[in-house]
Amino acid sequence: MQNQNPAWDWDIAFRALPEILEGFLTVTLLVTVVSTLIAAALGLVWAMIIRLAPQPISGIVKWVVSFIRMTPIVVQLLFAYYTFLMFDSITIGIVVFGIHYSTYMSEVYRAGIDAVPPGQWEATTALSMSTRRTWTAVVIPQALRATVPALGNYAISMFKDTPFLLVIGVVEMVNAAQIFGGNNFRYVEAITLAGIIFLLASYPTSVLVRRLEKRLAYAY
Amino acid sequence: MEKRFGDNVVLKDLNFHVNKGERVTLIGPSGSGKTTILRLVMTLEEATDGMILIDGDPLTHRITGGKRVRLSNKEIKKTRTRIGMVFQQFNLFPNMTVLENITESPIHVLGQSKAEARAKAKDLLHKVGLDDKADAHPSSLSGGQQQRVAIARALAMDPEILLLDEVTSALDPEIVDEVLGILRNIADTTDITMLIVTHEMQFARDVSDRVLMFDGGAIVEDADPHTMFTAPTHDRTKKFLRAVLGEGQIGTR
Amino acid sequence: MLDNLQATAEAWPFLVQGLWVTIQLTVLGSALSLVLAVVLGLMAGASNKALAIPGRIIIEFFRGTSLVVQLFFIFFVLPQLGVELPGMVVGVLALGLNYGAYSAEVVRGSIASVPRGQWEATTALSMSPVHRMRRVIFPQAWALMIPSLASLMVHLLKGTAIVSVILLRDFTFYLDQLTRQTDTFWAYAAVGLVGYFLLALILTLFMNALEARAKHRLGRGPSLREVLSPTPTNKNSLSTAGGGV
Repeated sequence: MQNQNPAWDWDIAFRALPEILEGFLTVTLLVTVVSTLIAAALGLVWAMIIRLAPQPISGIVKWVVSFIRMTPIVVQLLFAYYTFLMFDSITIGIVVFGIHYSTYMSEVYRAGIDAVPPGQWEATTALSMSTRRTWTAVVIPQALRATVPALGNYAISMFKDTPFLLVIGVVEMVNAAQIFGGNNFRYVEAITLAGIIFLLASYPTSVLVRRLEKRLAYAY
Repeated sequence: MEKRFGDNVVLKDLNFHVNKGERVTLIGPSGSGKTTILRLVMTLEEATDGMILIDGDPLTHRITGGKRVRLSNKEIKKTRTRIGMVFQQFNLFPNMTVLENITESPIHVLGQSKAEARAKAKDLLHKVGLDDKADAHPSSLSGGQQQRVAIARALAMDPEILLLDEVTSALDPEIVDEVLGILRNIADTTDITMLIVTHEMQFARDVSDRVLMFDGGAIVEDADPHTMFTAPTHDRTKKFLRAVLGEGQIGTR
Repeated sequence: MLDNLQATAEAWPFLVQGLWVTIQLTVLGSALSLVLAVVLGLMAGASNKALAIPGRIIIEFFRGTSLVVQLFFIFFVLPQLGVELPGMVVGVLALGLNYGAYSAEVVRGSIASVPRGQWEATTALSMSPVHRMRRVIFPQAWALMIPSLASLMVHLLKGTAIVSVILLRDFTFYLDQLTRQTDTFWAYAAVGLVGYFLLALILTLFMNALEARAKHRLGRGPSLREVLSPTPTNKNSLSTAGGGV
């Protein structure tokens, strides 16, 4: 459609809002939260395997993690959705996002573990602590301090990546906006609303995460 | 040339002046404000009150109609080009060769031609004993060599005033003398006004016309080197010199 | 397996065509994002509020709204406001704006990381702000910013895969086609993911070489050495100064 007048129609905006919010609340938030949890947990698993497991397992995992990390989520979504036909699109979406972002998190954990001062490790040796205790009581708690802000930032990132889900037909917020726009022959309100919601959700959160990061940095 | 200060905060009610061609050394414990003076003159920091005058020209602030007013950046720059500084950490530009480091500002700020600047740079490199290093990178030079290049770089701007901020403190002891030798040379062969902050007391004694002892942001004593080092009057000065030099006095070279 | 290979061989010209579109999007998008990154990064880092505040607003705007929103806005909304752009332009614009904003943070952070002493030396030599940025500060910041920029470039490459929704025939588009002749595992994983991975690898190696050269120019490191590593030299995994992408 060309040159619709006026440039912004409040009527349409209000009609678009419920559908857009529905997409936001039922899909976007759901995927972000669940996938972030998966990513956080799985990322730690990767990091520990890479660090502790013997070769060749460690090397293989490292390469697989890099491979997943460096390839597009879109293609991974398509792959998973059309290959594992028994699962619905949202489940696939959550799992793929979870795995993809877990590869980013594994880097964060690796760096966090590396940042634990060598003196700490030496102290656990001097106290004859078992490997398990060393990790659970000393290393991981300290490594986690710096990973929390990073996790926050990746969660925000993931939130902004959720529209990729539309390639497998998931009706998250932007898809809902596009569908509305297509049905009503007007896109400007719907797309703009989606953008505003993204901005309102992500900007304050990222400011908070930055503040958290600064505060945790002093505690070091 | 004179410099007059009068300001507060780190430096309290400071007021002194330096004559053209004078060599003034500032000594004192850390945090006494002596480095701050240099940084103020180099406009790396700004005083909260008071003025600095170079030859009667205000450097950063002037008094107009009874109020202290800041000059425009352009005006500041005009006066500031007459001042040069050598830093404790050398601060050579790592992305340029030695020659480029020295000729950069003369070409772009003073408007010299490339040929002119290079000729002058080579001459200065000769004076600091590094003729063969013109095309070297700062990272391949030792600390002492880098500092010598830094001195050449500052001199290339033909400064009327040269500020030297603990220029040998970051160098190995054996190298310190080399650099001091060059500074002595400058003092002898030019009439550049020099403001020196240093812990090298022998050097201070040899080169200075005046020595100022700083403590707690104020000048505690102002005397010629001989008096300062052999018969200081102030208690703080005595205490400081005793700690720095040991019980005996320094004689002349 | 053999059927798959044969089908792929037949589809090869199309795949290459799609690959070329993806490469163009990546290169042009990265170029645009680099230009924007430098402009916005300098603005946001400037001490002049009249520059810093608009810079900051633009950066946060394009970081905060998502890539797909921006893509759809340019593709769906602009035509309704009278501006119709060809598909490739839409893609490059959206990618450039979005990743440009993220890269701007990297630029700003790197400039702020150049040691104080360097700034002071330029003051002592009375260099003007433009002069010192051009000749001293930026060249040094450049070496610092390359790893993070490289990482963002790979993100951009991954982001190009979404353009098929605005009817651009990129690599992913032709992968979709390929699934008809072969199976989804072969098309998406064996050909698709591996293809993108190789692209990402080449990109990373190129940026690593660039970094080695920039460091060498600063006298900090050996001259161009081959770095064969799948991971970009990102030392800063923890610090997410760019807001975490």
